[in-house]
Amino acid sequence: MSSLFPGLPPLEPRAAQLQPTPPTLPNQPAPVTKEPTPGAVTGTGPSSQPLPPQPQVGTAPVPGQPVPFTGTGTPASPVTFKRGEPVGFFTDATLCIGCKACEVACKEWNQLPAELGKDGQTLPMSGQSYDNTLHLSGTTYRHVAFVENFDLSDPNRVGGQWSMMSDVCKHCVQAGCLEVCPTGAIMRTEFDTVYIQQDICNGCRYCVTACPFGVIEMTEQGVAGKCTFCYDRLQSGLTPACAQACPTASISFGPIDQIQQRADARLASLHQEGRTKAQLYGRDPSMLGGLNAFFLIEDSPEKYGLPVAPQLPSRNNLPSGLLGLAAAVLTGLASMLAFRKHRVETVAAEGEEGGAAHAS
Amino acid sequence: MSFGRGAATTFQQDIANSDAILIMGSDMAECHPVAFRWVAKAKERGGKLIHVDPRFTRTSALANLYAPIRAGSDIVFLGGLISWVIQNVLENPSFPNYDFYRQFVTTYTNAPTIVGDQFRDTEDLEGLFSGYDPQKRSYDNATWQYDRTVIRGTDPRAADSERSGQQGGPQQYGFDAGMAADTSKGFDPLVRALVPPRETRDESLQNPRCVFQILKRHYARYTPEVVEKATGCPRDVFLQVARTFAENSGPERTGSMAYAVAWTQHTTGVQMIRAAGILQQLLGNIGRPGGGILALRGHATIQGSTDNPTLYHSITGYMSQPTVLKRHETLKEYLATEVQPTAYWANQPKFMVSYLKAMYGDTATRENDFGYAWHPRIVGDHSHIPMMVAMADGKVQGMFAIGQNPAVGGQNAGLQRRALARLNWLVVRDYFEHETASFWKDSPEVRSGQLKTADIQTEVFFLPAAHPAEGEGTFTNTQRLIQFKEKAADPPDDARTDLWFTYQLGKRLKELYANSTAPRDQGIRNLTWDYEPTAEEVAPWRIKDDPSSVKILKEINGYRVADRVPLAGFGEAKDDGSTVCGNWIYSGVYPQEGRNLAANRNPDGYVSLGWGFAWPANRRIMYNRASARPDGQPWSDRKRYVWWDGQRWTGYDVPDFAVTKAPTTPAKDDGIGLDWQSGTDPFIMKADGRAWMFAPTGLVDGPLPTHYEAAESPVHNLLYPKQDSSPAYKYFARDDNPLAPIADARFPYVLTTYRLTEHYLSGVMSRWLPWLAELQPELFIEISVELAREKGIANLDRVRVSSPRASIEAKALVTGRLRPFSIDDGQGTMRTVHQVGLPWHWGYKGLSTGSVVNDLTSLVMDPNVSMHEGKALVCNLERIG
Repeated sequence: MSSLFPGLPPLEPRAAQLQPTPPTLPNQPAPVTKEPTPGAVTGTGPSSQPLPPQPQVGTAPVPGQPVPFTGTGTPASPVTFKRGEPVGFFTDATLCIGCKACEVACKEWNQLPAELGKDGQTLPMSGQSYDNTLHLSGTTYRHVAFVENFDLSDPNRVGGQWSMMSDVCKHCVQAGCLEVCPTGAIMRTEFDTVYIQQDICNGCRYCVTACPFGVIEMTEQGVAGKCTFCYDRLQSGLTPACAQACPTASISFGPIDQIQQRADARLASLHQEGRTKAQLYGRDPSMLGGLNAFFLIEDSPEKYGLPVAPQLPSRNNLPSGLLGLAAAVLTGLASMLAFRKHRVETVAAEGEEGGAAHAS
Repeated sequence: MSFGRGAATTFQQDIANSDAILIMGSDMAECHPVAFRWVAKAKERGGKLIHVDPRFTRTSALANLYAPIRAGSDIVFLGGLISWVIQNVLENPSFPNYDFYRQFVTTYTNAPTIVGDQFRDTEDLEGLFSGYDPQKRSYDNATWQYDRTVIRGTDPRAADSERSGQQGGPQQYGFDAGMAADTSKGFDPLVRALVPPRETRDESLQNPRCVFQILKRHYARYTPEVVEKATGCPRDVFLQVARTFAENSGPERTGSMAYAVAWTQHTTGVQMIRAAGILQQLLGNIGRPGGGILALRGHATIQGSTDNPTLYHSITGYMSQPTVLKRHETLKEYLATEVQPTAYWANQPKFMVSYLKAMYGDTATRENDFGYAWHPRIVGDHSHIPMMVAMADGKVQGMFAIGQNPAVGGQNAGLQRRALARLNWLVVRDYFEHETASFWKDSPEVRSGQLKTADIQTEVFFLPAAHPAEGEGTFTNTQRLIQFKEKAADPPDDARTDLWFTYQLGKRLKELYANSTAPRDQGIRNLTWDYEPTAEEVAPWRIKDDPSSVKILKEINGYRVADRVPLAGFGEAKDDGSTVCGNWIYSGVYPQEGRNLAANRNPDGYVSLGWGFAWPANRRIMYNRASARPDGQPWSDRKRYVWWDGQRWTGYDVPDFAVTKAPTTPAKDDGIGLDWQSGTDPFIMKADGRAWMFAPTGLVDGPLPTHYEAAESPVHNLLYPKQDSSPAYKYFARDDNPLAPIADARFPYVLTTYRLTEHYLSGVMSRWLPWLAELQPELFIEISVELAREKGIANLDRVRVSSPRASIEAKALVTGRLRPFSIDDGQGTMRTVHQVGLPWHWGYKGLSTGSVVNDLTSLVMDPNVSMHEGKALVCNLERIG
C-alpha cells in the first residue's frame, strides 16, 4: 500500500484489520486472507446473523492522483455525495446538547489556535451561560450559542428552557462576501459552498462588512477567515469535521435536497408533538437564495443571534444605481453643454483664423 | 445486587428502543455525550426523556419532562415512585396490562418469597432494620434471611419450627457441611453440601411476610405529599413522572433508566441504585429491549478496571478478594464461605482454581491448594480514602499515582495533599506535571506556609506516560464491551504505556525476590510473568520491550494447560488444575489461537454481536430470558428479543440462559447450580434465580432502600425523625475532617459537585489542552438568582465558599437554571433551601487554574463500597468582590 501522507512510511498490513471484514457464521473459522501468525491479531469473528454491507471509508487523497468523484462520509456518519452537486449542513437546535465537540473538532482539523491570554493562560470566563466562545471569528468556525430562557419570577421555573445551537457560516446561495470580494479570493466550490482562498486574499475587509451574519473576521495574519466547509475533506469524500464529531446528529451533513427533506420531516414531527414554536431558518430560497447551512430553532432567530431578515450588500444597488443614472444624465448634459461651448468657441476661433470650413 | 451482576444490564445503542428514559443521578448529555446519541435517537422516534436532577443541566435541556429535586433526596423520589407503582399498577386491576406486571413480578422477582419472622422493618423500628448494633454502627443480617422450611408447606408459618441452617439448629447445610465434604477429587461435593432448603413463597403475594407486602408497607409513607416536602419537587411534576414512566412500560413498551456517579457518590449510593432496580422489576423493564438500567461509567475502561480489578476487595471476575476477616484460611474454606451453590456461581471453584493457575502456573497444584496460601489477603478496608487516611498518619511509605490526581480529585483534598507530604516516595505517571506531582512546591499548603518544601521528605518520581493510542490493548466500557485498540504510533522519547510500566516493574520485582525464602515472598516468586513480545509484534516499532497484549489477553481468556489451546468460553474451565483462566467473565474473547474477538468490527445496526466482545459470553442485554414470557414466547412482537423456539433459546442476542433448558424444566431440589433453578428463573446469577426486590444478603446497610439524609444536610429526616443520616455510613472522625451537624445554621446551603463536558475529571486531560481549556476557562459556582439577590452577589463576582473543612474562591455564575426549594425541615416547618453547584475540574497547574473544589468535601463513605459523598454536602457563601 502506498503512503497516504507524504513523508510518512506506508501503512503496515496490520492496518488492514481495520477494514470491514465479510460476515462469518457462528462457530466457523474466521476467513483469513493470509496465514495467521502466532500471537497475531485478526479482526474477524462470529456473528449470529448475516450482516448488512458496511459503508466504505472515503478514500484519502493520494498526491498526484485524481480525487474521487463520489464521497461516502465516514463510518460514523455515512453519506453519499457527489462532486458538482450542492451539499449543506442542517443544524437542529432541538437535538443540540451544547457539548462543543463541533468547535473542538473544527479547530483540531483546521489547526486553528485557541484564544488564550498573553501569558498563555486562559482568558476570563464570559459569565454568559456556558458560552465562552461568544461569536464566530476568523479562527472560530463553529460557535455553540447558549440561550437561557427562564421565568425568574417563578421559583419553579415552569416552562423554562435552555437552548443551544451550533452556529456556522451559512454558505449562502447568494453570498454577500463573494459578491464584494475584489480579488476573487472568495469562490464558490463545486459543492456549492463558499470558500476563502486565504493565499489570494488581500485583506481589504469588504467581505467582513458584506456578510449579513457577521461570520467573517480577519485573522492575525491579516486575511479573512471563516468556515471552509472542510473543503479539503469534501474533496476526499469525507464528512466535515463538525458533523462527524456531533454525537447527537444535531449537525447533519449531506446533499442539500436530502437534508432539506430531513429537516422538513423533523419539523413536521415536532409540530405533531405540539412544539409549534419550532421553525426552519434559511431553508427556503426566500432567504438569500437559501442557506446551504440552515437551522431548526425553537425560538425567535434573534435569541440565537441570527438576523430575522439578512440582506445582501447589493440590495443597495438599485437605488444607488438610479442615483448613478441620474448623475450620469446630469453629467452627460453638462458635458454636452461644455463640449458645445468648447465647439462654439473652437469654431469661432477657427473662423477668426479664416481656415478651411470644417465638416461638422 | 438486584439482578446478579455488577454492571449495566444493557447497552447504550438499545436505549434508542426505549419508549421512556428516566435519567437520574446523571447529567448524561454533559458527561456521556456520545452515549447520549442513543437518547437523542429514542427522542426522535417519539420516546419520552425524563430528567430528575438538582440542577437544570444540558440533559434537562433536552428532556420532555424535568423534575427538580434537592441533592441527596433521591430515595424519597424513588421510594415515591415505587409506592405509586405498587398502588396504581400492581394493585390496580384496571391499569392497562395489569396481568403483565403481576406475572412479571410474581415469576421473575422475589416478591412472593417469604422472609423469616424475626425480620423487623424500618416501619417497626423507627428508621432502623433488625440486627443493628449502635456501638459498631453496623448490622447483622441474620434476621433478613428468607424463610426456609425443610418441607414446603402450604402455610409457611406452620413449618417455622423446622427452619434450619444459618438461623441456628444443627448445620445441615452451609460452611461446616461444606468443610466436611470430600474434595480430594473435585469441589462438587463441597458445593452440594452448601445447598440450603428451598425458600418458601406465596405466589398470591398476600402473605404479610412475603417480600411484596414488606415492600408495600416499607414504602407506604413515601407519598406524593412527602415527596414534595422532602425533595422540593412539585407534586404534580412528580406524578407526571410516575405516570409517564409507568405508561411507557408493559408488554408493548419499555422504559430504561440511566445513572452515574450522582447516585454512587452518596452515603446511601448503593441503596439509590437498588431502588432503581426495584422500580424496574415492578414495571417489568429488565432483560427486555429498551429496558434495563444503564450504569454510566466515568472513564474509558473503568468497567475494565472493575472486571480485572484495581479494586481492593475483589479479584478478577467479581470473586471476593481473600481476606483475614472471613473464613478464608485455605482454598476449601474460601470456597465454603464464598460459593453460591444454587446459581451459576456454583461453578466458582472452576473459576477460582483456573484463576490461581493463571497466577502461579505450573507451581500451582492440587497438593499445594493451587498456591492459594501465596495469594495476598486483605486485612480491612484498603480503598482510596482509608489508604489516604493511613498515609496522613504516616503509615504508608510509598504510592504509585498512575492516571490519578488525588491532590485535586481526592475528597478533603487538603488532607490528601498533606498526606502525600508524609510519604517517603511517590511515583507519578502522567502526561503533564499535575497537582499531585508538584504538591511539594505549588500546593496551597506550601504557598500558605503550612507546609515547607524544605521539610517535605517525599521523593517524587515523575515518569512520562504514553497516550492510549500509543500502545496496544483493550478498553472495556459501560456496556461491558471489550474492544481492542491497535497501536497508532510509538510514544515520544521516554514515555511508555502503563502496560509496559507494569510489566517491567513486575520483572524487576521478581528479580529482586528471586532468591528469597521468606514465605510472604513466594507469591511473587511463583507468579507467572511471561508476556515477552514476539519479534513480529514489535517489528514496526521503535520500542522493542512492550509486553505482548495478545499474550495477556489469552491468559485472561484462559487456555488448556496441556496444549495451551484457548478456552472457547468459561464453560470449559475446570477445577482440577487442567485449565488456566485469568478472568472467567472475559473467557471467550480469544476462543482460538489468533482469533481476537475484541478486535471484531462487524456492526449490524442494532445488537451487533460482531462488534467487539461483551462479557459474559458476548451477551449484550443481560437477563434476556426475561424478554420472554414464562412459557418462552415474546411478551409482544414489538419487544421480541430472545425466545424459545421449541428446541432452544434463540433471538437477536446470546441467550442469558442455558440454551437448551426448556421453559417447562422443573427446579431440582437436589441439584446444584442452574439445575436447582427452573426454566422460568431468568436471573441465573442469583441464589433463587430471581431478581431481588428485597436483598437478604450482600448489603450492609439494609435489605431495602430507605431515605436517610446525607451526612451533612440542612434539614432533618422527614421520613424517620429519629434517624437523620444513614446508621451505617463510614466516617473518619478526625480534627482535619470535621462534619457539620444536621441543620447547622453556619452552613445553610446545599452544595453539589459535578463535571462539565469541556473538562475531564481532575483536568489533567483538559486543562493543559488549549482547545478545551478555552471553552471553560475558570472555576465557577452556579447560584440561583434568588440566592444571589439575597447575598448581594452579582454575576462574575468573586465568592468565598466554605465548608467545615476548607474555604475556596470561585466566580459566581448567576442563573435561572438553579432554583430555591421549599422543603420541610424535618420538624414540620416549610423553609426555603438554597442549593449551589461547583464543577470540580480545577487545580493550581495547567493553562486554566482555579481553587480545588474537593478541599470542601469530606471523608464519609457509603458502607457497602466505600464511595465518598461528593454530591450532597453543605456550605456557606460570601461575596468578596
